[in-house]
Amino acid sequence: MTGLDLAAPQMQRIERDGDVVAARQIGRHLAAEIGFSRPEQALIATAISELARNIVSYAERGMISFAAVDAERRQGLRITAEDRGPGIADIHAAMTDGFSTGNSLGLGLPGTQRIMDEFDIRSAPGEGVTVTVVKWKSR
Amino acid sequence: MPVRVPILRQGRTLIASIQEDLSDSDILALQARVLEDVIRHRATGVIFDVSALDVLDSFGTRTLSDIAAAVQLRGARMVIVGIQPEVAFSMVLLGLTLADVPTALDLETGLAMLGRAA
Repeated sequence: MTGLDLAAPQMQRIERDGDVVAARQIGRHLAAEIGFSRPEQALIATAISELARNIVSYAERGMISFAAVDAERRQGLRITAEDRGPGIADIHAAMTDGFSTGNSLGLGLPGTQRIMDEFDIRSAPGEGVTVTVVKWKSR
Repeated sequence: MPVRVPILRQGRTLIASIQEDLSDSDILALQARVLEDVIRHRATGVIFDVSALDVLDSFGTRTLSDIAAAVQLRGARMVIVGIQPEVAFSMVLLGLTLADVPTALDLETGLAMLGRAA
């Protein structure tokens, strides 16, 4: 399997809300480089924004990493948001529209799942949260 | 560095024109300034021009909705103008429809909406 390495993996430390802006700008830039359409770039930037904000709101600090991925002649962008915060006690509830333990609309995680093609969340109480999402280029 | 959003005044209408990507604290600072200006200038209308924004996520949308509600409690009306098509699309998928805030295609249409209501 050969794939063009369009974008080397990148990371953004997430500690303050300014880092949320930086993360979505990196994501948008990489998405444009990979050749995503403008609507797809907006979806990717929005998803990154939600994931990064969750880190700031619930875990205080964490990391978002970006990697261009290639499978079956399709190109995509994989984004991983990791923190070592308190974790999520009930992932099923957290994935329900309108559920929030913080001061939010509770649309972040389920909304992010809707706008990305692949979505994986792993967490245990006290062990942080890892969310991995992938967007594939259309066509 | 905090982002300073210009708030222009045309008669009793305020126009907040967001020029670049804002952090959550920038949006909250803008919220406070808009509400102060509405009171100081006895504004009857507020326009939020977001045409330069390429992301409006759940926090940004909720804050805009909060500002609109507070502006309305002051007896003024708020219109959001210029939501880009791709931004609108991702907002809907995220579940954010801003149903309680009037929107218009561009600044001119927004001003006309406020003019009709006055």
